[in-house]
Amino acid sequence: MKLKAVTATIAAAALTLGLAACSPGGASTTGGSDAALQPGPNGSAKASDCTNKIVHKDAPLVTVWAWYPNMAKVVDNFNNGNSDVQACWRNAGQGTDEYNKFQTAVAAKKGAPDVVMLEADHLPTFEIQNALVDISGLGWDAVKGNFSSGAIKDVSSGDAVYAAPIDGGPMALIYRKDIFEKYGIDEAPKTWAQYAEDAAKVKEAGGPAFGDLGSNVPAVMMALQIQKGAQPFAYDYGKAKQDVTVKLDDQASKDVLGYWSDLSKKGLVGKQDQFTTDYISGVVNGKYATYVSAAWAPGYLTGAGVGKGADKGKFAVAPLPQWDESNPVSVNWGGSALAVTTQATDKKLAAKVALGLYADDASLQDGWRNQIIFPLNQSVLKSDEFIDAKVDFFDGQTANKDVYIPAENAYKGFVYPPFVTYYYSELQKQIASINNNGTSGEAAATAVQQSVVKYAKSQGFKVTE
Amino acid sequence: MTAVHSSAPAEVRRPVARRGGGATRRRQAVTGWVFISPFIVVFAVFLVAPLGYAFYLSLFTNGLATGTQFSGLANYVQAFQDPSFLRGIGFVALFTLVLVPVQMAVSVAAALVLDAVTNRFARFARLMIFLPYAVPAVIGALMWGFLYSPTFGPLESIFGLFGLQAPFLLSPGNIFGGLINVVTWQWAGYYMIIVYAALQGLDPAVYEAARIDGAGPWQLALRVKLPMVANSLVLILVFAVIGTLQFFTEPQVLRPIANGSVTTDFTPNIYAYNLAFGFAQFNYASAISFALGIVIFIAVYLFLFLTRKRGSVFA
Repeated sequence: MKLKAVTATIAAAALTLGLAACSPGGASTTGGSDAALQPGPNGSAKASDCTNKIVHKDAPLVTVWAWYPNMAKVVDNFNNGNSDVQACWRNAGQGTDEYNKFQTAVAAKKGAPDVVMLEADHLPTFEIQNALVDISGLGWDAVKGNFSSGAIKDVSSGDAVYAAPIDGGPMALIYRKDIFEKYGIDEAPKTWAQYAEDAAKVKEAGGPAFGDLGSNVPAVMMALQIQKGAQPFAYDYGKAKQDVTVKLDDQASKDVLGYWSDLSKKGLVGKQDQFTTDYISGVVNGKYATYVSAAWAPGYLTGAGVGKGADKGKFAVAPLPQWDESNPVSVNWGGSALAVTTQATDKKLAAKVALGLYADDASLQDGWRNQIIFPLNQSVLKSDEFIDAKVDFFDGQTANKDVYIPAENAYKGFVYPPFVTYYYSELQKQIASINNNGTSGEAAATAVQQSVVKYAKSQGFKVTE
Repeated sequence: MTAVHSSAPAEVRRPVARRGGGATRRRQAVTGWVFISPFIVVFAVFLVAPLGYAFYLSLFTNGLATGTQFSGLANYVQAFQDPSFLRGIGFVALFTLVLVPVQMAVSVAAALVLDAVTNRFARFARLMIFLPYAVPAVIGALMWGFLYSPTFGPLESIFGLFGLQAPFLLSPGNIFGGLINVVTWQWAGYYMIIVYAALQGLDPAVYEAARIDGAGPWQLALRVKLPMVANSLVLILVFAVIGTLQFFTEPQVLRPIANGSVTTDFTPNIYAYNLAFGFAQFNYASAISFALGIVIFIAVYLFLFLTRKRGSVFA
């Protein structure tokens, strides 16, 4: 009996000790992360945490999350060229997957990387959570000459700059030459009116859908609304972080939603969500005559297996159709940037990495030649090599010169709201409703406006409608 | 002889407890605590503490523009007026109402058949019916995603034979049935095993008696076997109700291919997940989770109350 009790007590004690050993070591509590140059809560990184090899072993490490497909090469290029700092890279998932992790780390005030890859539309959402560092005083001035004003506006809030732009998404119209030829469409539509006419013509002749209205790409719909003159949001984190203007139900937005609702109702465009196997197989098999998409699309499609088999050389690209041909507007979808987080251990070093990664010639070359990024760096955009490049995916078309560079140069930049995930999810609901219930553009625009305004108010914003 | 044996320890214990006083009793109590301490520790660390923390979080309000403030039960007031939450509750409630009878019917029928038939085929069939439960829910949902795919799925070919357009089983109008099918496929085998095990535990002498009294196989199954396994039926009903009200995995996995049918507030759990990890509303998400817990508690309590005559398991 006595022996038993002793053993049991020892066992219990061992268990308690074991559990104590499991509990996380004392997290260093650094109060007020407001001051940009205070050390972050995550402590210094270990080389064993990195996916890449560290070249200069005694240099401090800066942790990076990014999902560029050629990131391993880019990180090696940076680390080989810098002996005072080394990038420690991890792929934390693409898009929403990474955002959700970053979002959680921001809420936990611990666990975020020093540098994080974000799309420009998500910057204000994290700015307002005090998650990003203004890099305007941390080496930005030396490189800002490399970028167009539209690219800078997308990563700025007033004078503050919250990320180093890398990759842009000027939009254009990708189309199938074989389908256009078969149904007698001599040139790509220059206006949206022409686009609808061509769509009807193809359908009448028993052809495939002319395009696709995917509910899971609300950013495209937003860009197309802005193209017609909508100004969905006004927000300046630096000036008045509680004031936001929401205008999602203006006439332009209603018109654009109505236009696509009409095409969808008539069966002229598909209703398939994009980035899915069903969609890609449709693209390969010629189920869609056009793809309204951005400059990074050829790279994405190639990676997904498009343009490699029977559909090789069938694609071409033309400028995005316009509402008013005499007054063309250039818009953007996606593209990405590297931001320094407020949890960074050393903000200055982190800024050096954010500004230096994917900025050297070798990385940029690798990126655009393999169509992984559409670089925003003017040193590439102005190089003859890039301008005259014959793009394989487009059957040797000089797509950069003809379409994408002019589109990028004409891009003026968007203003994104500080609650973009919520806005996108509401817009997505309405696009799905257009596809499934034939909701009118007017009803869809009004519904998005109402729910977003209600949400913004519940989050404590002063909303101007 | 047996009776004497079994009562002996009780008689021994009583005098000790009376005579030995505090020391022995205390030592016994300590030993008892030591033995259950592993459970208590795990229970406290992994269940009580997170629940307590979530409840603590739910008492605060966090606005993107305003920061965090203590707000008491305001989040709960908001939750029970939130159309997204209420619609989600409505969806899972309706889902439960349809799913549970379907699942029960399938699993009970399978169990009764397997109990009545005893050849090699029955053993094989038992394994096959149980197999879907051994497939992880995520893998199962992915598989069904491919089967439902309008491009790759078999439906397209089957309907194509008749020159028809295959329905998309994840469209807003069809997703209800599509999910019922996935969940029934996944869980019916598990419930079947529970009922089957209960049936196997019955005394065959009862069947013999019933047969002598002239009961046919139908009567035997419905009048004798089913009433005798009523306890396990109540058990699987409770499992099914709780599981369905917390519906999350299947719609979340099927979301990317559902063309927008699975919204961010599709079920209460998906809503809480998106609030927390998509919209940075950890506080409100905690409140939604607790509100869901309250609803489930009420539902299960009501259910047990209504079935109290038979459900002695939880009485």
